[in-house]
Amino acid sequence: MTLMKSLMGAAAAFALTAGAAIAEPAIIFDLGGKFDKSFNEAAHNGAQRWANETGGTYREIELQSEAQREQALRRFAEAGANPIITMGFAMADPLAAVAPDYPDTKFVAVDVSWLDAPNIRQVSFAEHEGSYLVGIMAAMASKTGTVGFIGGMDIPLIRHFGCGYAQGAKSVNPDINVVANMTGTTPAAWNDPVKGSELTKAQISQGADVIYAAAGGTGVGVLQTAADEGILSIGVDSNQNHLHPGKVLTSMLKRVDVAVYDAMKAGENVETGKFTMGLAENGVGVAMDENNAPLVTDEMMAAVEKARQDIIDGKIKVVSYYENDSCPALQF
Amino acid sequence: MDSFLTLIQVLDSTVRLATPLLLACLAGLYSERAGIFDIGLEGKMLMAAFFSAAVAAVTGSVWLGLLAGIAASLVLSALHGLASITFRGNQLISGVAINFLAAGLTVLIAQDWFQQGGRTPSLFAGGRFEPITFPFAETLSGVPIIGPIYSELLSGHSILVYVAFLMVPATWWVLFRTRFGLRLRAVGENPAAVDTAGVSVVGLRYAAVAICGVLCGIAGAYLATGLQAGFVKDMTAGRGFIALAALIFAKWRPWHAMWACLLFGLLQAVALRFQNIDLGGIVIPVQAMDALPYILTVVILAGFVGKAIPPKAGGEPYIKER
Repeated sequence: MTLMKSLMGAAAAFALTAGAAIAEPAIIFDLGGKFDKSFNEAAHNGAQRWANETGGTYREIELQSEAQREQALRRFAEAGANPIITMGFAMADPLAAVAPDYPDTKFVAVDVSWLDAPNIRQVSFAEHEGSYLVGIMAAMASKTGTVGFIGGMDIPLIRHFGCGYAQGAKSVNPDINVVANMTGTTPAAWNDPVKGSELTKAQISQGADVIYAAAGGTGVGVLQTAADEGILSIGVDSNQNHLHPGKVLTSMLKRVDVAVYDAMKAGENVETGKFTMGLAENGVGVAMDENNAPLVTDEMMAAVEKARQDIIDGKIKVVSYYENDSCPALQF
Repeated sequence: MDSFLTLIQVLDSTVRLATPLLLACLAGLYSERAGIFDIGLEGKMLMAAFFSAAVAAVTGSVWLGLLAGIAASLVLSALHGLASITFRGNQLISGVAINFLAAGLTVLIAQDWFQQGGRTPSLFAGGRFEPITFPFAETLSGVPIIGPIYSELLSGHSILVYVAFLMVPATWWVLFRTRFGLRLRAVGENPAAVDTAGVSVVGLRYAAVAICGVLCGIAGAYLATGLQAGFVKDMTAGRGFIALAALIFAKWRPWHAMWACLLFGLLQAVALRFQNIDLGGIVIPVQAMDALPYILTVVILAGFVGKAIPPKAGGEPYIKER
């Protein structure tokens, strides 16, 4: 009994010292949930990769409601987690409120770029550049001269996706018709595959034969209906080519996993400030694998590779929706 | 001709979008006509959507999936009945609890069973309700006007759509032409009188709640295995509440319920098809179209267009006089 007690005491003491020695990183997933096959899942994959490689552990929470954002941040900060990684633009306001209260804690905000605090690492992605590349592929794959875009919740970030896509499509065919729809204006728009399906059918009836979905869980419905109706779709954030092999033209990769992995690897010493991950940093790109190989022609590959290089070299300038809250290629 | 085809496509979309609303609305109609308010329609649909997709994914049979969805919805109905009829609890609170329960349980069980992050695997051929093509739909599609109406609008939906629309006359007949329907309506207006006549109030109310469960089950199964090929978390996306709005809009009458659901479906279909509608200089933003069902319901509730009077004993647990 006494032996047991001392053993347990030793174990507890060890656990305590271990906890004190290295602060655990923490990650806060957005409302879509960590298995959304998209944005949050990419973050989850990055965190898992770090855990597998280093044997470290991390804390995590999947938000269930808007009200939990600030609460979750404070909970982790009080518990000594460092760095605390947050997913999604909606964490910006809670972060602005919480970060000054914990000056010794580092925060990593993915998809945020406009905050002003010394202890936040703000990582944003050049989604318009990646979307430009898939726009090129869409325009080359389209036979009807009409391509579609389906966004989730109508926020500037999603317009940013659509804007790059339209510019890419128009760079191939200036007369191409880009049909763009948003699913809704509330967070429910991220999880409404039924509406995604209806939007897809509506766009097909307007002639679209390649549709790009930047809509979280709603995109599952878009990809499904596109596959059912025999047209091509384009996935987003994570590689979604495998969802319907041979029916998904490509996926616009947003390397959220890399951003999360890097932050966790740097640990408490993570560099703060504003960072943009674009084509040059391999932060965005197009997904190529055996599932979409039959769909992608050599000309497409060449065109994408050329555009990629031109964007990196500055020969092509993809206009960002954020620059003046409007898009030269697409009217929302 | 082109705009006619667009019209047909919008109406086709309307039918698909109105079907889950209609089933849920009729479900609420039975329950509320018997004096049991049910804001748990959303939760029951969600539960049914999950279990129908899960069972269809495992067994490969969409019909077993449908049965499982109905069973799951019935369990929640029984829970609602137990809380609000037997134990005379607050019906609204019980309904809210059911919504929360369904939202949490579906994701939890899905994660445990399939490890795909709260969703079911995608369903393939046998696991989904395939569209039914009417005879001669192909040959008739060339005929002007009637051809597209027959082959596009009427034909090519899954069987649950036709079930939903057949439920409208069936509901009307049951409620207004049968003894059971008369008693069911009476129990929602004046349960004491029904009790005096020697008919079981509790039994009638349980029957109504059970019918409500079956219809919600079909609605959920239609979402997951008819419109979609699998369950995604929170996939009902507020349709249970729109159905409640339609019920009030229809003033608790079956035929009106159908028109209300078709109207709400049409508004959604138009909003999906045309982002911003330009009416000669005035642009109606898509958000206004999305909000219109709720605005119309408030207008009706406020009594501007006729009066919406709910069943008199609605929301009141029945306590037998001693």
